[in-house]
Amino acid sequence: MTRKHLISELRASLFQAAWFVVLLFPFLVMKVNVSSGKASVIFRWSALPVVAVSAFVLSFAWRAALRWNERRGDKVKVRTPLSKVGELVRSALARKPIRRTAILALLAVVAVYPFALGMYHTNIMITALIYVILALGLNIVVGLGGLLNLGYAAFFAVGAYTYGLLWKYAGPSFVAAGIDTGWLFWIALPTAGVITTIFGILLSLPVLRLRGDYLAIITLAFGEIVRMVLQNSSSVTGGATGISLIPRPWFFGIRLPPRQAATYIYYIVVVLVILTVFVVRRIEDSRVGRALEAMREDEIACESMGVDLARNKLVTFALGAFWAGIAGVVLAAQTTYINPDSFTLWESIMVLMAVVIGGTGSIPGAIGGALLLKLLPEYFRPLAQYRMLIYGIAMIVIIIFKPDGLFPRNRKHYTFVGKTPSDPAPGVEK
Amino acid sequence: MDYFIKLLLSGTAKGSIYALIALGYTMVYGIVQLINFAHGEVYMIGGFTALIIGGFLFVLGLPVPLVLLLSIVASVVFSAAFGFTIERLAYKPLRNKPRLSALISAIGISMVLQNFILLAQTEKYLSFPSYLPELAFLQPVREYINSTQFIILVTTAVIMVILTVIIKFTRIGKAMRATAQDKQMAQLVGVDINRVISLTFIMGSSLAAIGGVLICSYMGQINYYIGFVAGIKAFVAAVLGGIGSIPGAVLGSFILGWTESLGTGYISSDYEDAYAFVILILILSVKPDGILGKNQKQKV
Amino acid sequence: MTATEPILEIKNLSMVFGGLRAIDDVSLHINPGEICALIGPNGAGKTTIFNCITGVYAPTEGSVAIRRGDRPIEEIQGLKPYAVNRKGLARTFQNIRLFGNMTVLENVMIGRHNALKAGIFKAIIRDKATREEEQRVLDDSHEILKKMNLDAFVNESARNLPYGAQRRLEIARALATDPFLLLLDEPVAGMNPHETKELEETINLIRDQEKVTILLIEHDMSLVMNVSERIYVLDYGRLIAEGTPERIKGDPEVIRAYLGE
Repeated sequence: MTRKHLISELRASLFQAAWFVVLLFPFLVMKVNVSSGKASVIFRWSALPVVAVSAFVLSFAWRAALRWNERRGDKVKVRTPLSKVGELVRSALARKPIRRTAILALLAVVAVYPFALGMYHTNIMITALIYVILALGLNIVVGLGGLLNLGYAAFFAVGAYTYGLLWKYAGPSFVAAGIDTGWLFWIALPTAGVITTIFGILLSLPVLRLRGDYLAIITLAFGEIVRMVLQNSSSVTGGATGISLIPRPWFFGIRLPPRQAATYIYYIVVVLVILTVFVVRRIEDSRVGRALEAMREDEIACESMGVDLARNKLVTFALGAFWAGIAGVVLAAQTTYINPDSFTLWESIMVLMAVVIGGTGSIPGAIGGALLLKLLPEYFRPLAQYRMLIYGIAMIVIIIFKPDGLFPRNRKHYTFVGKTPSDPAPGVEK
Repeated sequence: MDYFIKLLLSGTAKGSIYALIALGYTMVYGIVQLINFAHGEVYMIGGFTALIIGGFLFVLGLPVPLVLLLSIVASVVFSAAFGFTIERLAYKPLRNKPRLSALISAIGISMVLQNFILLAQTEKYLSFPSYLPELAFLQPVREYINSTQFIILVTTAVIMVILTVIIKFTRIGKAMRATAQDKQMAQLVGVDINRVISLTFIMGSSLAAIGGVLICSYMGQINYYIGFVAGIKAFVAAVLGGIGSIPGAVLGSFILGWTESLGTGYISSDYEDAYAFVILILILSVKPDGILGKNQKQKV
Repeated sequence: MTATEPILEIKNLSMVFGGLRAIDDVSLHINPGEICALIGPNGAGKTTIFNCITGVYAPTEGSVAIRRGDRPIEEIQGLKPYAVNRKGLARTFQNIRLFGNMTVLENVMIGRHNALKAGIFKAIIRDKATREEEQRVLDDSHEILKKMNLDAFVNESARNLPYGAQRRLEIARALATDPFLLLLDEPVAGMNPHETKELEETINLIRDQEKVTILLIEHDMSLVMNVSERIYVLDYGRLIAEGTPERIKGDPEVIRAYLGE
């Protein structure tokens, strides 16, 4: 950077800092003070220099970062130390023995996690993994199918309430018959899967004709209606107070103390995550998955290639809803208590953010995004009340510098060794 | 019948305020195809500006009408500045990127603004002073419509007219319509896209600010979270009318206001927020592009 | 019975948008194995006819019927685009509509969608039949890409392809659906003379080797005159002429439509 350039940058940052000082003045320096019923306005002059200096520094840094980002966009690749590490890791993982070792190591870490870190961290991890399932499910809808769903929490709610209501209404007869109520979890899991899938199909029927953002708002409406129905039908769902004392899953007839119960649920959710990844990967790399992606890319061309769009949308919603239902049951089992507040619009938005920040349409993206979004705020706790502010800023920064997400999808590559159609070995995965 | 008219009028007042916010939504959507989730927060900022600046001026001992005028001006100026800044900071860098990225950025801004006000001001509900005058000539019909509602109605109507004139007859209005139709083409014929987009955000935010001041006067209270719910409602209204269409946003807002008002009056207030969504689903299943939305048949 | 019976028959087709008659009482037919062109000035309604045939629009009046092999004649107007495609009609688009973020190979694989059966459960279990099916679609798609001279690009994202290659990929994708009639909407628009020449050969090749009948919309008159056996001329939604290239060249009505007055 030349000196002249530096000076002009400093001047621009100074100007921006002044702009922000004026913009934020009424909110950061002035404050409405209510004491003994009388409102007055106080001034916090000490905030002024802090705002001015930080606005200056931040705007300088922001401008530099944006410039760097633009330069990076011009060339195909700028090698930063980080990208070098990434390349190294990728090329190492491309080799089979290394990949196998890495997967085994990861599994080992996952396996000892609850013992190494204790119950507190295990519970946090369970919540995060529930989000991983949700993100993987929503990724089918938004990432593969390209249908923006802002009401995903409704399916999550349907799953959780399937278990909750099953407990509330069938639980007493289980107790009366002397059967362990822990069995209910295992009944609820497939039941919730089926019921949410049906819900997904029902929702998709009215939206088949809708496009783009009209679809987004309809799903939002659906999500809110489901929540309000849960909230207001107190006689059935317990209304705002919800359903409590939901049993934890059965473990060979032994009533586990909370610590072991958490570990047990942890392993259940790990298995479910692995199952989800397996299934989603298989779908992605199949005739069905390809059709979903084609729909995302161009609906008209897709339909003209013989793909039944209506059916495709139905499948998309059903698949997405299924996983939300599964995640809902696990949530109910982990917290043993559910109420409508766990399924607000914000919940849907959070899952969507996980998908997009991770990398729309990418499985590692959905996993990484969900873990990041759920774990980060937990470890932000020392920042106390600033946590959500920083969280919001982090989201903006990430998406501006990585608009395709942190872990964008790598498409499958094929090599054809066969020169003639009769050659038996084409289509080997690279 | 009396009851019905009363409900209808209060629904109209409510609808007018939704309209002020929905217009900003629809204008931004028309031009950059972004669901501007942060739009509701701008409206909240407008309310807070009026509360703080107005409170300060009031303490200084200025006469009430002047306080009212100045706080509205301040609220419009600050909201417009916020709208402008948000667009430059969080949306512009993402203009040619996947559409979902800009949506996430908008959600991020929404979180930041909510928490900023929560931290810098308070998380409590603050009572909002009513600077709006009591209109004497409304005395005979007070049972049907009160002064605040009347002022809201008139203000919205006047703003609608001004907005229509700007968009239909001025140069910048023409540039906005051109940009909404085809950005590249507009650029080729010499429209400065950046300026048009900024102006759209400024205009939309100003309307939201006025809406913010009016609704806070109407409800008599404010907190950091009011923008989110209002924003969602206004978004519903905009979609109902056909997103991107200005008369559509207004019509959608009134339908929403009436539905809510009649629904709570005749059915149950438990579901106040649900009526909006039910009517949305009903209307979109009959008219997939909203009531006044252009049939966006894609060009093949 | 007789091989000369038309495979596509359009009778009295009209399409009205609001008050505008975009197509006005058009009747035409395509004979098996021919290359037929539909020409006319901009806005004459050529693409609208394509859209009516392929189900993107449901025509206001008239009928579109197909006759495939020995099967009886069958009306297809008003069917959804995917259903029309399944009847054996495939198309390309004037403004290229590829699946940009998918690879070239995957684009063609989508075309094979209906040649395959695997549903969700089969996809998850991935049994032997499904694996073989996948292998077959890979081979078939690769074959098609080779024919269209695109096999160098298999793993490239479709949107990164050069323009000419994108047009060829659209044709490849359409061919993958096993059509008996291929509708090409301005296949050489934006191509240079060399690429145009190449595509001309490709079009002939598709007809001769794949036995696919072709209807094309094109503004490039050299291509139209070189490849097509019969030409329909459309102006303001009406057919104004029909015949061999030689006849069309000399038709005063056509000259008037193109040059005005």
